[in-house]
Amino acid sequence: MMGGLAEEWAVFPGHYAGHLRLALGALLMGLVVSVPLGILSARRQALAGPALATASVVQTIPGLALLALMVPLMGGMIGFWPAFAALSLYSILPMLRNTIVGLQGVDTDVREAALAVGMTANQRLREVDLPLAAPVIVAGLRTASAWVVGTATLSTPVGARSLGNYIFQGLQTRNWEMVLFGCLISAALALALDQVIAQFEKSAQKRSRLHGLAGLAGLLLVIAPALTVLSSGAAGQGGTGDVDRPALTDSLEGQTIVVGSKGFTEQYILADLLKRTLEAEGARVEIRDGLGTTVAFDALANGSIDVYVDYSGTIWAALMKREEPAQRSAMYAKVTAWLMNERGVLAAGKLGFENAYAFATSPETAEDSDLQTIGDLSGRNLSIASDPEFFGRSEWMRTRDAYGLQSLETRSMDSAFMYDAVRRGEVGLITAYTTDGRIDAFDLVLLEDTRAVLPPYDAFLLVAPDATENTALLNALEPLQGTISTELMRAANSKVDIERQSVGEAGAWLYRQVMGE
Amino acid sequence: MLLQAENLTRTFGETIAVDQVSFTLEAGETLALIGHSGCGKTTTLKMLNRLIEPDAGKVKLAGADAFEMAGPEWRRRIGFVIQQAGLFPHRTVAENVLVTPRLLGWERDRQAAKLEALLDMVGLPAGDYAHRYPAELSGGQRQRVGLARALAGEPDIVLMDEPFAALDPLTKDSLIEDIARMKRELGFASVLVTHDFSEALRLADRIAVMDGGRIVQIGPAETLISAPASPAVDALLKAPRSMAEQVAKAFREADA
Repeated sequence: MMGGLAEEWAVFPGHYAGHLRLALGALLMGLVVSVPLGILSARRQALAGPALATASVVQTIPGLALLALMVPLMGGMIGFWPAFAALSLYSILPMLRNTIVGLQGVDTDVREAALAVGMTANQRLREVDLPLAAPVIVAGLRTASAWVVGTATLSTPVGARSLGNYIFQGLQTRNWEMVLFGCLISAALALALDQVIAQFEKSAQKRSRLHGLAGLAGLLLVIAPALTVLSSGAAGQGGTGDVDRPALTDSLEGQTIVVGSKGFTEQYILADLLKRTLEAEGARVEIRDGLGTTVAFDALANGSIDVYVDYSGTIWAALMKREEPAQRSAMYAKVTAWLMNERGVLAAGKLGFENAYAFATSPETAEDSDLQTIGDLSGRNLSIASDPEFFGRSEWMRTRDAYGLQSLETRSMDSAFMYDAVRRGEVGLITAYTTDGRIDAFDLVLLEDTRAVLPPYDAFLLVAPDATENTALLNALEPLQGTISTELMRAANSKVDIERQSVGEAGAWLYRQVMGE
Repeated sequence: MLLQAENLTRTFGETIAVDQVSFTLEAGETLALIGHSGCGKTTTLKMLNRLIEPDAGKVKLAGADAFEMAGPEWRRRIGFVIQQAGLFPHRTVAENVLVTPRLLGWERDRQAAKLEALLDMVGLPAGDYAHRYPAELSGGQRQRVGLARALAGEPDIVLMDEPFAALDPLTKDSLIEDIARMKRELGFASVLVTHDFSEALRLADRIAVMDGGRIVQIGPAETLISAPASPAVDALLKAPRSMAEQVAKAFREADA
């Protein structure tokens, strides 16, 4: 655990800087949009209605969904910009509403007097309307600030680095200290920003230089932890999605390679393994972790990341939209051909293991209900839990129809929780990942797929279109081919999920196993 | 002739608020516009400084045509006092008073001298009051600051919209006296909108009675009392007349 804590601290400046940049950027953008729009709307009910309604609708979209929607809306771009766009939209409503309410609340006598003493409409806006509405507008800014800092933690799945990386990784690897750490820092940042805004507000109201200085000092304190990123020369780790690529050479020396990872334990460990492998060849490596399946692939396809690990069955079903099953080798061949032909993505070799879905149950349930094959489930009144992706896929529908599983009650659950749930009997079955260490640790019983309906899930390396000519990168990845058996991957996963080691420790262990050191 | 209002007309939707109102004002003269709520007196007043733009009609002040310059520029030449003073709550007394001189681009020295003189005149010495905020003043004090603000740009004319309506009788009395004194000292003309005949009597040289958006009679108070030109004028004088009789009777009986 000590090693883990050090790892958490090592990435802190980058996570914090990413978070701060997202939050401050979105607030500034929201302010720039809402205040002028609010000024226009305050005196025109015809504009105020639609503007507020639109902002309210945006607000009802759950933060995670709004962030995820930004990726396709922005042409598959991941990283800072989609997160920035979503958070900016999110910050508009409180500031817009308060600008309108604040301006409409200015005393009509005072407004008339402003014209009567000879102010122009603009002078009245600047000298009377805005100063008098300011407390209400600033209250909106403070609300927006709290929302944006909180919601920014959800930008991890779209590839923007933030304090949410702690939370998502902690959640997936069941490292609750890491989750708590991310939450606390995020909450502290929200409170600190609120105080900074409060000081600036007092400074403006009382025309007090002291409060102004306090606000400025507070802002510097808030920014300071992020500055270490810049001074350490690792500014690129912030995650804007822009990485300078030097001219291609035979060596990875001096190159920056961006490694992607989806949001579950195995992927975190594999990303760490790739990082170690590439760094050993002299590359500078950035990790974009916690990405959703399609987000990760789109990011690779548009070059936001250079390499990540995906699974043949996932590409087959989720991207190629193929519903029919295929034999393992045939599927891999078709998947790699499709990747290159349709998307220009290079499949750079299988890792050796397969991480398929397997129907798993506890030994007690297996005994009580006499379960050995999936076919034994037909007509049973059991509940089955899986990750939210699975029940939407054709392989579930095909399995259900092939074995007559309509009687099962389906429950979507985060994969981090379902193993405990089945062990404790809270659900009858889960769709376990075959490489998960908890299958062994919890003595889970895997039900045999006698009709071979569940598709194969070979893990393999995917390389971005603009990196397919990067010989040095491909050479560096080559030694990983075929080196990780299902047992080895399961052992690495259990180091994190069962033995509570950090991802870095498990990654280092796997690296030693693979490289034979 | 200082001010000339000619055929001022304004409608709000279907309602004719002011219908072809004309009058003139000499330098230093005070005209009271008096009448019941909705008679068009406030609309008439606000058309003089273009807070309300007339549909038709002309306004001239010292030979200048109101509609040949921008509204804000026009209003800087005219003082304006309203019922609740309408002070800027986020500005000090000094900043409130000096807003028009600042907009006119006066030198700092001239502004400072003006501030001191005006605050002395309204009985709120600058040393004690200049840096206070409106919330720290009483209603009467706020109205005095409002008066000082209206006079700060050295206007030839001050428009007053029910300036005493929110004040208690004693405060009102002393403010009326102060205004009368300042008019003598500074020589500005004024148009006073009120529904109180006694205010009109004490401050105005001439009184214009308005009814249904028109001026039904205009002249000195004595003429209105002795020769009311319409039932509206008569009706307006009914309450003050009976009040005066009661007061006179009470004093006679007390003296006897």
